[in-house]
Amino acid sequence: MDIPKLPLGKALEWLENWLTTYCGPLFDFIATIIGGMVSAIEGALTFLPALVLIVLIAALSYWIGKWRMALFAVIGLLLIDNLGLWGPSMQSLALVLTASILAVVIGVPIGILCAQRNAVRNTVTPILDFMQTMPAFVYLLPAVSFFSLGVVPGVIASIIFAIPPTIRLTNLGIRQVSEELVEAADAFGSTPTQKLVKLQLPIALPTIMAGVNQTIMLSLSMVVISSMIGAQGVGAYVYRAVSQAKTGDGFEAGIAIVIIAILLDRLTQNALKPKQR
Amino acid sequence: MTIIEVKQLTKVFGHDAGRAIPLLEQGMSKEKIAQELKLTVGVNKAEFSIEEGEIFVIMGLSGSGKSTLVRLLNRLIEPTGGQVLFKGKDVVKMNPEELRQFRRKNIGMVFQKFALFPHRTVLENAEYGLEVQGVDKKKRTERAMEALHLVGLKGWENHRPDQLSGGMQQRVGLARGLANDPDILLMDEAFSALDPLIRKDMQQELLELQSRVKKTIVFITHDLDEALRIGDRIALMKDGVIVQIGTPEEILIQPANKYVERFVEDVDLSKVLTAAHVMRQPETVRPERGPRVALQLMRDSGIFSLYVVDKANKLLGVITAEDAAQALKDNKSILEVTRREIPRVYPETLLNDFFELISETHLPVAVVDEADKLKGIVIKGAVLSALAGNAVPEGEGS
Repeated sequence: MDIPKLPLGKALEWLENWLTTYCGPLFDFIATIIGGMVSAIEGALTFLPALVLIVLIAALSYWIGKWRMALFAVIGLLLIDNLGLWGPSMQSLALVLTASILAVVIGVPIGILCAQRNAVRNTVTPILDFMQTMPAFVYLLPAVSFFSLGVVPGVIASIIFAIPPTIRLTNLGIRQVSEELVEAADAFGSTPTQKLVKLQLPIALPTIMAGVNQTIMLSLSMVVISSMIGAQGVGAYVYRAVSQAKTGDGFEAGIAIVIIAILLDRLTQNALKPKQR
Repeated sequence: MTIIEVKQLTKVFGHDAGRAIPLLEQGMSKEKIAQELKLTVGVNKAEFSIEEGEIFVIMGLSGSGKSTLVRLLNRLIEPTGGQVLFKGKDVVKMNPEELRQFRRKNIGMVFQKFALFPHRTVLENAEYGLEVQGVDKKKRTERAMEALHLVGLKGWENHRPDQLSGGMQQRVGLARGLANDPDILLMDEAFSALDPLIRKDMQQELLELQSRVKKTIVFITHDLDEALRIGDRIALMKDGVIVQIGTPEEILIQPANKYVERFVEDVDLSKVLTAAHVMRQPETVRPERGPRVALQLMRDSGIFSLYVVDKANKLLGVITAEDAAQALKDNKSILEVTRREIPRVYPETLLNDFFELISETHLPVAVVDEADKLKGIVIKGAVLSALAGNAVPEGEGS
């Protein structure tokens, strides 16, 4: 006998409609916050002339890393400017930074809860697996229907795609703090909060930062996909080049993304390492 | 005064461990409980009390439950049954806030692998206990510095723990335990991770420290020599049960059962027993009493020499019967005939360290403290019988 096909898709569409109808104000509120954040960051990045910002970023790179990193920042960013991609690159950067900041703000507390309660971890882990393996395109669609086209659904999709490493590595970092140290903190009468702030978070910090680094890289990888639902930026250039089969344009925009990616990666990786010159 | 009293303290590991309590009370064995209930008995009805200011050693081989037992005292491990009374108050019944205050104010801990916070400096480590209490920065730095001075780490405050050697790291651990001035210090195998020479130094320093700060110390160790060296009293554990509690001497001379006996049979008593263990009350005379009184005293107690001490009991020398008789004849004072070059040892000198001294002299060896005050005397026979005490334990006769 035939088993009828389960109406899984139908159920989800019904849920989507229900949410759009009844939770509209909530989504509007979220959209306002995220949209505001993106424009604020973008405004800050484009407020200064490109050359001034390049100098500032180079100085930051020198302070965090070595002179080689500063050199790379100068050359790379000048190249982006030269290709005429400065504006869209900053738009994309604003999207990436917004998504990353929100992912960290949401992800670290969830990671802490996971580390403190096995029940939370056991619930969250399969959800994270689901979020990471479900093709990103699939949750672009509900994001669009909740938040309409533009940069906001792009940020939402990026957060969903990029948040798992922050949660996972925060959980891992805290759980890796050795039993004896936790025991010592307890033995001297620490409250759970003191234990977290004075012991677990500082020791877990390098691991958490590795997660944050991954989160930033993943949200950067969403730049092109976000452009499919109307997010502006250098991703949109890539998307347009692909749809019009313009190899050269695509390559130029791609290079800009790569430069930003390398800079963000090195900056976040070295931010916590002891200075070595 | 009793500071900690432990009653029927029991820890059973496993699901719904409370089930095991009535069975243990009926006397069911650890093995049977493991078999039938799939539960592990960690500590089985431990019962002891710790006096203020003593070093109480809990000793046993690995797996005997000693580390569990010490963690039951400050509830790093929750007891399954029984009581821990701190100055009469049951620690087991404390709510989280009371327990926190108890840990902050009354009971410190030093760990086997030091458990220093790697992201904090030596000073910040020592400050930790005060910091969580909310003591202000200036005051806690002051007290942490005091503690660091006490353990001999002056000048190392701003180093990170990983820049220090093992012995120094454990001094930081000790300073951290002492900084908030607790009544009790728990030391869980505190010196076991150190190499033997450093370990001996640390034991010695702990004893010196103890004589200055007068803390109650609960010291866990698997090393019998260590237990004998530093313990005022020792509790010997096996399979979660305390098999004997006593002074080092009692444990050695009167082992409670075959297990303890086997445990201690290899101990070289001469490296454990000290002059204090074998010394006896000396017969003394003050110089102003005169030779006639001295002679009379010797005659009365049937001995041939007297120790000459001043009013403060400071040892001046020894006078023999012949000397006294001669002095009487020549009309000399006691001081004029006192022999001042006499062998002396400290109470904590090991028998092993003065065998030679005692074999070369005809007089008993005087036991004096740092101020040269006479504490007792050691005669050859006492040393021999103390050493023999191990070979033929009382009541065991072979």
